[in-house]
Amino acid sequence: MSAHAEPAASAQEGAAPPGPGGEGAPHRSPAARLVARAGSGLVQVLLILIALFWMVPTLGLLFSSLRSSADNAASGWWTVFTEPARITLRNYANLLDNPDFVASFANTVLITVPSTLIIVVVAALAAYAFAWLEFPGRDWLFLGVVGLLVVPIQVALVPISRLYGGTPLYGSIPAVVLFHVGFGLPFGIFLLRNFFASIPRDLLEAARMDGGTEPTVFRRVILPLGGPAIASLGIFQFLWVWNDLLVALVFAAETSRPMTVALQSEMRQFGANIDVIASGAFLSMIVPLLVFFAFQRYFVQGVMAGAVK
Amino acid sequence: MTAEEAPAREDEQAGGPGAGRGRLGPPPWLALFFLLPALLFLGVYVVYPILFSVYRSLWDAAGAEFVGLDNYVRMFTRADTFTALRNNVIWIAVAPAVVTAAGLIFAVLTERIRWATAFRIVVFMPMAISFLASGVIFRIVYEQDPDRGLANAAITTVQDTIAPTGAYPGAGPRDGAPLEEAPGGGYRLADPVAPGDAVALPLVGVSADNLPADAQDAVEPRAGRGEVAGTVWMDFTRGGGGREGAVDPGETGLPALRVEAVRDGDAVAATATGADGTFALTGLEDGRYTLRLSGSNFSDPYNGVTWLGPTLITPAIIAAYLWVWAGFAMVLIAAGLSAIPRESLEAARVDGATEWQVFRRVTVPLLSPVLMVVFVTLMIYVLKIFDLVFVIAPGSVRADANVLALEMWQVSFGASDQGLGSALAVFLLILVVPAMVFQIRRFRREER
Repeated sequence: MSAHAEPAASAQEGAAPPGPGGEGAPHRSPAARLVARAGSGLVQVLLILIALFWMVPTLGLLFSSLRSSADNAASGWWTVFTEPARITLRNYANLLDNPDFVASFANTVLITVPSTLIIVVVAALAAYAFAWLEFPGRDWLFLGVVGLLVVPIQVALVPISRLYGGTPLYGSIPAVVLFHVGFGLPFGIFLLRNFFASIPRDLLEAARMDGGTEPTVFRRVILPLGGPAIASLGIFQFLWVWNDLLVALVFAAETSRPMTVALQSEMRQFGANIDVIASGAFLSMIVPLLVFFAFQRYFVQGVMAGAVK
Repeated sequence: MTAEEAPAREDEQAGGPGAGRGRLGPPPWLALFFLLPALLFLGVYVVYPILFSVYRSLWDAAGAEFVGLDNYVRMFTRADTFTALRNNVIWIAVAPAVVTAAGLIFAVLTERIRWATAFRIVVFMPMAISFLASGVIFRIVYEQDPDRGLANAAITTVQDTIAPTGAYPGAGPRDGAPLEEAPGGGYRLADPVAPGDAVALPLVGVSADNLPADAQDAVEPRAGRGEVAGTVWMDFTRGGGGREGAVDPGETGLPALRVEAVRDGDAVAATATGADGTFALTGLEDGRYTLRLSGSNFSDPYNGVTWLGPTLITPAIIAAYLWVWAGFAMVLIAAGLSAIPRESLEAARVDGATEWQVFRRVTVPLLSPVLMVVFVTLMIYVLKIFDLVFVIAPGSVRADANVLALEMWQVSFGASDQGLGSALAVFLLILVVPAMVFQIRRFRREER
């Protein structure tokens, strides 16, 4: 399975069925067709149940976040269906009034956006070199990058905290950003290199023939043609960093902590403040969900390529 | 071409005609310009940490004294690591297989469904949310109180349908009442009864608040011909007074209580008490019966499963993990499915294979490379699982739910033992090496 070929297409169009009962039905007896249709109906019911099963936990979070603390303590979130009048946006209003939460939201953005941009730029440069430039040891170096894909993040926690220790970097937003860039690179280089390598050689040769220097070729040929892969990488890294807890837990200070860490510290009194936690968790999910629904195709691509990370 | 030779040749012939593939290629030093930022980052954040972790794992907690392999010995002799390791083994054995299987089932089931895309989006969506948010979601699902936690609400609803909760938990006879505990639960009348008898069955231990709303004042028992009749009532007069074992004014009947007539161990007739506590068992043949107040009247309400307790915590977290990752497996496997040539499936069907045979003999073998990739990927992720355990397991059972990645964090940054923490990190790294090899080989194969 090639990393970038048609994954998005197959995730979307692969879904397009050859038509119900399209399994060479014409030769079947009417009875067999009836059985097949009943089976397909059963499958549909089953799938609807599974889909509901998959949606209900998230709905539970949403409805919990729309109920008062007292209501959450007294009854299950599903009572909103019998008492819809008790839905309130107060939890969200409280969160947005809370400067700590707003600051953590801002920190999440300040960590995520630069990390994503830097990863994309640095990975694209390196991927171009691995795909189209020749230099000694290129193949071995790239295999090394592929190997680094699986290195557990735990390996770097102690060494990097020691490296940061004593410098003003420790606990700062750049400290978290740089860590994410470092650990996101193997995947980024891997994904982009495979895509760049599939760009027709003729296009590059032509550009070089016309006297294009390598930076020009990179900017004029690779970047525009590599758009989809770059989008995948960007979206994948964006979600990855946005959702991170561990790295921020170790490297962010009180003032630079993102939403995940802020929420996690609320979790210590789970039960007492489900309303705060649920609404905070839901707010922290909104951006990833929007990104997911808007760029689903590219996200799938990134996930497929990342099937090795 | 070998990478080592190419550059030398290029240097001499850069721009010159007829020099083979690298003809228009730029000088090799230019590659460094493109690679430098990445190499710096990789060097500092990935390569150096690997080396340093190995080195640091040979030193004590503070990093002051060289201790050789002590940390590794300690790691494998601590109870905490043992729990973590055991849980990791459970994770590895269960999670990748379950997630891959679910992905395979979903991918196959949706293959010919019109609204497959909608289904896949729903199942895939949790991939976009953080483990933290997923953890919060499942903390709500797993709440112990069936009034608040969905999982237990569902289970108790089912349980109540099969075996309803007794209406009178805690109720029982007063000392000296003619009732005794029946084998198998509930109470029975000490003396046998025969048709035509009327009996008084006094109970105590029901608080006034828990009396059913439709309960009326109890009525003296009166039997008709050929029936056993009686009254079950709350033998307690509000404000004091009243006689024990007799129906006094103001005492309340206990409605909807199940009464059985038992002969030779089998219930031969059963009925429920009315609003005034009276009942009548009719259609009984002559003879003697034991009168029993069935145990179902008194059973304690079922409180659901303790998902977040020490025994079930790991399976509970794995279920949450399945919820997050099934979409991933499904999407990859679906892509693999759509790449299977239709002809091989058709050929098998023409040869008379059933759908199940086609699936087992053709689809799965052709799909196995994809299944393998999904499985190995999940194994790598599962080894590093941290956030879900950290968030879902309440503090009190975190030790029971522990995994290596979490233990590493706790040891290094909670207990400040970075020597042991580094040893744990190195151990994790060693565990993923097979996956690393798998990956590199697969990559080299594909490059060819």
